[in-house]
Amino acid sequence: MKIFPGPAEESVVIPLEQSVGATCEPIVEVGERVLRGQKIGDSSEYVSAPIHSSVSGEVEAILKYPHPKGSGSRAIKVKSDKQDTPFEGLIAMDDPLTLSPEEIRARVREAGIVGLGGGAFPTHVKLNPPADEPVSTVILNGSECEPHLSGDYRLMIEKPLDIIKGGLIIQKAVGAEKLMVGVEHNRDDAIDALREAGKPWDIQVVPLPCRYPTGAEKTLIKTITGKEVPCGGLPLDVGMMVNNVGTAAQIHESLSTGMPMVDRVLTVDGDGVAGRANLRVKLGTRVRDVIEYCGGFVGERGKVIIGGPMMGLAQYTIDVPVIKSTTGIIVLRGETYFKNEPPHFTCIRCGRCVRRCPMNLIPYLMGAYSDAGMWEQLEPLKIEDCTECGSCAYICPTKNSLVQLIKVGKGGLAHRKSRMESLASANGAPGPEEDTEDEEDTEEEQANA
Amino acid sequence: MPDVEPEPAPEEAAEEKKPKKAPPPEELFVIGASPHIRAHETTAGIMGWVIIAVMPLTIYGIYIGGWAAFVVVAMSIIGTVGTEAIVQRIRHMPITVFDLSAVVTGLLLGLTLPPRLPFWMPLIGGIVAMLLGKHVFGGLGHNIFNPALVGRAVLFVSWAKYMTTSYLVHPQAAVVNTATIKAIDTITKATPLTALSQVRKHELAISGTKYLKPLFFGNPWGQIGEVSALLILVGLVILLIRGLVDWRIPVVYVGTVMVLSWILGMNPIFAMLSGGLLFGACFMATDYVTNPMTAWGKVVFALGCGIVTTIIRFYSSLPEGVMFAILLMNGLTPLIDRYLRPRPYGHKRHEKKTEKEANGKAPEAEAGAAA
Repeated sequence: MKIFPGPAEESVVIPLEQSVGATCEPIVEVGERVLRGQKIGDSSEYVSAPIHSSVSGEVEAILKYPHPKGSGSRAIKVKSDKQDTPFEGLIAMDDPLTLSPEEIRARVREAGIVGLGGGAFPTHVKLNPPADEPVSTVILNGSECEPHLSGDYRLMIEKPLDIIKGGLIIQKAVGAEKLMVGVEHNRDDAIDALREAGKPWDIQVVPLPCRYPTGAEKTLIKTITGKEVPCGGLPLDVGMMVNNVGTAAQIHESLSTGMPMVDRVLTVDGDGVAGRANLRVKLGTRVRDVIEYCGGFVGERGKVIIGGPMMGLAQYTIDVPVIKSTTGIIVLRGETYFKNEPPHFTCIRCGRCVRRCPMNLIPYLMGAYSDAGMWEQLEPLKIEDCTECGSCAYICPTKNSLVQLIKVGKGGLAHRKSRMESLASANGAPGPEEDTEDEEDTEEEQANA
Repeated sequence: MPDVEPEPAPEEAAEEKKPKKAPPPEELFVIGASPHIRAHETTAGIMGWVIIAVMPLTIYGIYIGGWAAFVVVAMSIIGTVGTEAIVQRIRHMPITVFDLSAVVTGLLLGLTLPPRLPFWMPLIGGIVAMLLGKHVFGGLGHNIFNPALVGRAVLFVSWAKYMTTSYLVHPQAAVVNTATIKAIDTITKATPLTALSQVRKHELAISGTKYLKPLFFGNPWGQIGEVSALLILVGLVILLIRGLVDWRIPVVYVGTVMVLSWILGMNPIFAMLSGGLLFGACFMATDYVTNPMTAWGKVVFALGCGIVTTIIRFYSSLPEGVMFAILLMNGLTPLIDRYLRPRPYGHKRHEKKTEKEANGKAPEAEAGAAA
């Protein structure tokens, strides 16, 4: 599916919260005229990425608006004049590779670039590894392992040179010795395109197994290098840095044209939408408009998911805007999305979840303990290491909502820990047994409710 | 910087209120935790494939054993399915007989029984299997012991005479299986193992070889499900192709028995083909609920089954050890699962121990401080 330009709507709604870290504050006023690429929100915090207007036009309002994460968030509504006049202060340059690492980081920050694989971690922070943990290898992640999503795949075919050059910029910024690209082996054309583009720099393109979740950062590092990122650590601890291919392409584009991140490639797919496409959508475009642009809904009304079907978030409203981390919009018909979860936790101990877990955890046991509200049992099972990739719940023959139970369990364990700590600090010892048991019961009830 | 939200114009006010005010129902979409798609495999599907895998053996067993064998298998299935339905009715639980797990239990129980039992015996076996084997523990997935083997064990210790002497060759079977019959000198009254346990050890290896061919292709003695090693292996291959069982259990279990029997002086092929070993290793020991979850756990489990089976076969008064070996190892499964956990990604092996020590000591220290 070729990447086509997305819809051009009357207005865009750009949330101030689009990346990991501090939420931006608006730096424009209602009624002010803004241009495409003009910074409209910023934060003084280091871990934060500024936001820019994706259209030229007038700031119509600063309001609370639904956010793909589920809650509301403040957003800037810009009424488009449909001219897309670029901001005049943008600096274009021919070869961004001549920049120094500091300049690269500064420009990446100003361009508002975040990890585009869905994580939305500000890239300038990532490009600044601590001096005592040098990066030896930069891996570009071209393994878009979620079903339905194909935006990165098309990007690798259509813009391999941008990806490679973006990778070289990252490599320069972190001072890495090596640059590698990992792509699932069934995407031959993408591998060929990247090999062709990377020839002058002798860049290694590694075919990866097509097995979900190959594209998860930790799984990817283990597949390519055989090394495991220590628990609670970062890839930096083993000298690795993983960046999405989309992020690399965006870095090259933003640094060479000067245009900050104002749009992104996303996949519209699923059996509940008339047309399926890869689109380059302006940030702030409402999901409703994107779906209508693709022909609207078909079939019984079902789920609208932002992200992939394995880890994406189901939306209660389609008024949410497209943000920097929106990798796809998946529309599933009422007939197809999964809904027959058992009323109680039932397990036939088939062991499929244990075999599939990419983190080598024991999902069925975590699910059982979580269902029973036995939070303290979850800690030795390393529940915190679960990446919620969904493999266990997908494969479960009794259709337990293992991921949901694990999420509840993580919350329960954290709550218990903080409670035990406060009790210990108040009394100098853990509280009486009955007390904690009562607490567990109420928690369990809440969880069930 | 305009920190204060502007006075909303009428249209924005409407937009702002949207998430708070309940929108009309057609505007709302279904939400739920990820993943939003699931694999098609279900419990009933798995159980259905187990039934399909056992079917060739069942049909041949009934063909050899005649109507008597059919009655045994049917009564045992009626016993398990009926008991499950009644128990769940009494406990006001959803009735889950359609997940076919009770059918599988009944079928496997019937196949481990001799063909010429009085009809009420497999019925009792089925009832006991479901009650004491499964539902006292809370139903599917909670039982410690293989329900079918629990049922068989109760029958075995309660009516040992019936269980060990009901192997008389059915007249029809003799006609069908003339080739097999020729290979046997006398019509045995028990499994070859029972007969052989009475002869001296050095004769074992010699006389055993005589039975190999009929044991593999088809024989008129033994339990209903022991009629043909070939058809047991066909069932195993079906289960392996569908990815329903782990190859480690049957391979390690049978391998252990063969090696130990060879060391103790028995023809290893005979050790493999005789008694309920293959049936037990392929269909009983591989029961999901009652064997360990991890690959190494399964190896330990199968190894234990093999050792106990051989010990019972050679050193006890019982003719066959498969049933008690599997039941014993079922009991050890939680222990195996506890100590053979997979090493989580990003953790080191020994880290676990130090943490355990830390966890064990910390509360004591705190309690001491409090005291």
